[in-house]
Amino acid sequence: MHKKIIIGAASILLSLSAAAEIETPSKYNLTQGVTDTSQQVYDLHMIILYICIVIGIVVFGAMFYSIINHRKSKGAVAAQFHESTKVEIIWTVIPFVILIAMAIPATSVLIDMEDSSKSDITIKITGSQWKWHYQYFDHDFGFYSLLTTPQQQIQNYSHSTNIEPKGENYLLEVDRELVLPIGKKIRFLITADDVIHSWWVPAFAVKQDANPGFINEAWTRINEPGIYRGQCAELCGKDHGFMPIVVRVLEQKDYDIWLQQQLQQVASAKKAAEQALASTLTMAESMTLGEQVYLTRCAACHQVNGAGIPGAFPALKGSAIALGDITKHIDIVANGKPASAMQAFSKQLTAKELAAVVTYERNAWGNDTGDVVQVTNVNLTEAK
Amino acid sequence: MNTATTTQGSHDSRGHDSSEHDSGEHHDQNAHDHKPKGIMRWILTTNHKDIGTLYLCFSFLMFLIGGAMAMIIRAELYQPGLQIVEPNFFNQMTTVHGLIMVFGAVMPAFTGLANWMIPMMIGAPDMALPRMNNWSFWILPMAFAILLSSLFMEGGGPNFGWTFYAPLSTTYSPPSTALFVFAIHIMGISSILGAINVVVTIINMRAPGMTYMKMPLFVWTWLITAFLLIAVMPVLAATVTMVLTDKFFGTSFFAAAGGGDPVLFQHIFWFFGHPEVYIMILPSFGIVSAIIPTFSRKKLFGYSSMVYATASIAILSFTVWAHHMFTTGMPVAAELFFMYCTMLISVPTGVKVFNWVATMWRGSLTFETPMLFAIAFIILFTIGGFSGLMLAITPADFQYHDTYFVVAHFHYVLVTGAIFSIMAAAYYWLPKWTGNMYDERLGKIHFWASLISVNVLFFPMHFLGLAGMPRRVPDYALQFADFNQLVSIGGFAFGLSQLIFLVVVVKCARGGEKAPAKPWEGAEGLEWDMPSPAPYHSHTTPPVIK
Ligand code: HEM
Ligand SMILES: [Cu+2]
Ligand SMILES: [Cu+2]
Repeated sequence: MHKKIIIGAASILLSLSAAAEIETPSKYNLTQGVTDTSQQVYDLHMIILYICIVIGIVVFGAMFYSIINHRKSKGAVAAQFHESTKVEIIWTVIPFVILIAMAIPATSVLIDMEDSSKSDITIKITGSQWKWHYQYFDHDFGFYSLLTTPQQQIQNYSHSTNIEPKGENYLLEVDRELVLPIGKKIRFLITADDVIHSWWVPAFAVKQDANPGFINEAWTRINEPGIYRGQCAELCGKDHGFMPIVVRVLEQKDYDIWLQQQLQQVASAKKAAEQALASTLTMAESMTLGEQVYLTRCAACHQVNGAGIPGAFPALKGSAIALGDITKHIDIVANGKPASAMQAFSKQLTAKELAAVVTYERNAWGNDTGDVVQVTNVNLTEAK
Repeated sequence: MNTATTTQGSHDSRGHDSSEHDSGEHHDQNAHDHKPKGIMRWILTTNHKDIGTLYLCFSFLMFLIGGAMAMIIRAELYQPGLQIVEPNFFNQMTTVHGLIMVFGAVMPAFTGLANWMIPMMIGAPDMALPRMNNWSFWILPMAFAILLSSLFMEGGGPNFGWTFYAPLSTTYSPPSTALFVFAIHIMGISSILGAINVVVTIINMRAPGMTYMKMPLFVWTWLITAFLLIAVMPVLAATVTMVLTDKFFGTSFFAAAGGGDPVLFQHIFWFFGHPEVYIMILPSFGIVSAIIPTFSRKKLFGYSSMVYATASIAILSFTVWAHHMFTTGMPVAAELFFMYCTMLISVPTGVKVFNWVATMWRGSLTFETPMLFAIAFIILFTIGGFSGLMLAITPADFQYHDTYFVVAHFHYVLVTGAIFSIMAAAYYWLPKWTGNMYDERLGKIHFWASLISVNVLFFPMHFLGLAGMPRRVPDYALQFADFNQLVSIGGFAFGLSQLIFLVVVVKCARGGEKAPAKPWEGAEGLEWDMPSPAPYHSHTTPPVIK
């Protein structure tokens, strides 16, 4: 027992000295992060940890002294003392004073953390099962950010040789990162579409719940460019462990370049959407695109084979909707089903993707309706 | 009430030396212990010892079932990637593991101990409300049968965590949620009935001369626990009822779309939940306060300050609930209030630890198994208290919250706290219950195996949490792999070690060296004045209190 404590204490101390040297997040200790706030939080963490270690050494020390020296087998005879108001007062007051000393810095850090006024940039963050959406408030554009780690790695498929082994950023990699500049006070408005999620990036010491129907605020001011990773911290259903957060932090000038690119892309995407409206989709084209979309957006619930999970998520294979009226089918994919896990995908997909995925669902797994949904069909249904 | 009062009145001799004595002379129908044979004895029993035994056996069974689920969790987390279960089932395992351990293992174990020990400790013949006592036990297996059966329903069992935050537990939950709600209701009723029985017994059935300030601390801590239970179990009942109506009857207590608020759920849940964690630790304080003096052969250092500390913890426990909710976006003023109150609650907790150490100081110590578990309790519970204090610091909690650091914290206070104290109590009172000494060598093996494995299991979780691993995930990034493997190995070892305990108890119940009335040299209290095994009816005449 004695040894355990010593080993425990030693490994804590060891890890502290290690953390001081290396910049990468420590394996044993809290990160110091890359913001003033995260540094302050780290300092609070270390102070309270040291206080606990010191109290622990005193209390356990006294106890082990007793255990070693006041044994009956060594002939110890029990003393008779008990009850002392003086002693009781002393060991009530001393911890009390220590705690007040601790509360003072904690209070000032907390008040600072909660003051998100005078911000330079506002980002709206929306969690939904199981992805994040980032909206650049000041520029009126946004995008979803999804896990890119392939299912084959997660499921440990080893038989196929063309699967890469789990990489360094296994489960912490996304298709589109949130991009932020250094040195600016960035305000986050955090909310959710379905259940509660929690947006957490340890390097910024920001963890804020995303509550459906309500907006929470948090802020950060990042000192160093780099890539910072975090995860959803509140249990949000089946794939809670699979909705990472990746933030790429750039120098101001690089950020400006990135921003320009984004705005151009938004403009050209708009044009492409208009063109798509005029063009006709073939079956083959629709099935390829549709499968892609299905695997990233739909398969988590309805499963790769379209069989769903009985009682939780309905099957699409042979389902009344996938084989029935096309407009109804488009409607449920585009607008979701209220009060259920079925989201409104019109906000998340382009009209072309929507059309393709509906085609895919109507023709995959033996659902051989032969229907090819066109972008125009989708637009008509959405407008309703 | 019958059994109690009539027996008390029907004897004029005082003191019992042997159990045969007890069955010999009875004037009243209700007072005999000619109990039905076989299973009916257990189903119909109104005897506090039988009911205590039922509670304890049931609790151990639940401990094994909940433990088996933990083994599944740890097996899945042994390596990165999904190996043996899919995420939805993983979530059901974490949820039901938590529910079973809290409501099925820890709480019934304490109620079992209360049933066995409180009448013996205060000089009463039985609990005050024996028929209700029978019911409060027997509805419990039904509740857990319902809960466990929900795992086999289409759509699966509860998968939203033991804290069942809305709207994950309402709009997005499986249909079996109705069964979950019903099961929780029954567990709650069982707890409330048990608590009422304890309160009535302690207030009305103390032997003459057993003033409040002479009661053993186990009785005191249970009295306070019982009041906590009566205060907060109805709040839990309200919470699950709102979940039920939100999900099935179109209300919107917790849905913003209908004018409700999901954070409201958390306030109500934790208003129950935080006192609940003290419900699971106060009786432990009582147990340890009995064992430490016994094996130190020295009076408890500060009896009255222990009573006051327990009472202040209980009162303060109503003012700290939102420390579980620092990241929900509360106003700063509220965060500060809950931070200060949470820090404050560690002061009376500290007072208790200091008292135990002062009791050991210059005692004459021996280290039988109950004492070993009690000492381990003090150290490891204190480590859990330390991490609690760290979690109380709101800015730091933003980093710790919902990570393995929290998992480490509450397992230190609940496993090496509550469960270790229950083990200590079992070893301490087994000779009294069975009339036989347990196998000391096996007991010590159980202790050391548990102590080492439990720390391999839970200590590295602190590091995992600090390094950023969220809780309730079925898979994790590669930098967490080696610690998770270590944790899983500790978990399997801890799980297996508990089978030793089963062997010890079965062996002891079957036979062994006969136990004297007072097997522990330094023990004090009325239970040790009775023969071992304790007669079927406890003090049939009120004992003399010195
Ligand atoms: C010194 C006394 C204690 C303090 C200051 C304390 C503080 C805290 C805090 C602040 C949290 C919230 C952490 C978070 O979620 O971010 C927490 C969680 C928890 N504590 Fe404690 N605690 C103390 C003692 C105990 C005791 C005695 C128990 C039970 C026997 C306990 C059981 C729990 C449990 C079960 C949770 C987690 C619940 C969940 O989220 O599932 N704590 N504690
Ligand atoms: Cu989430
Ligand atoms: Cu709490």
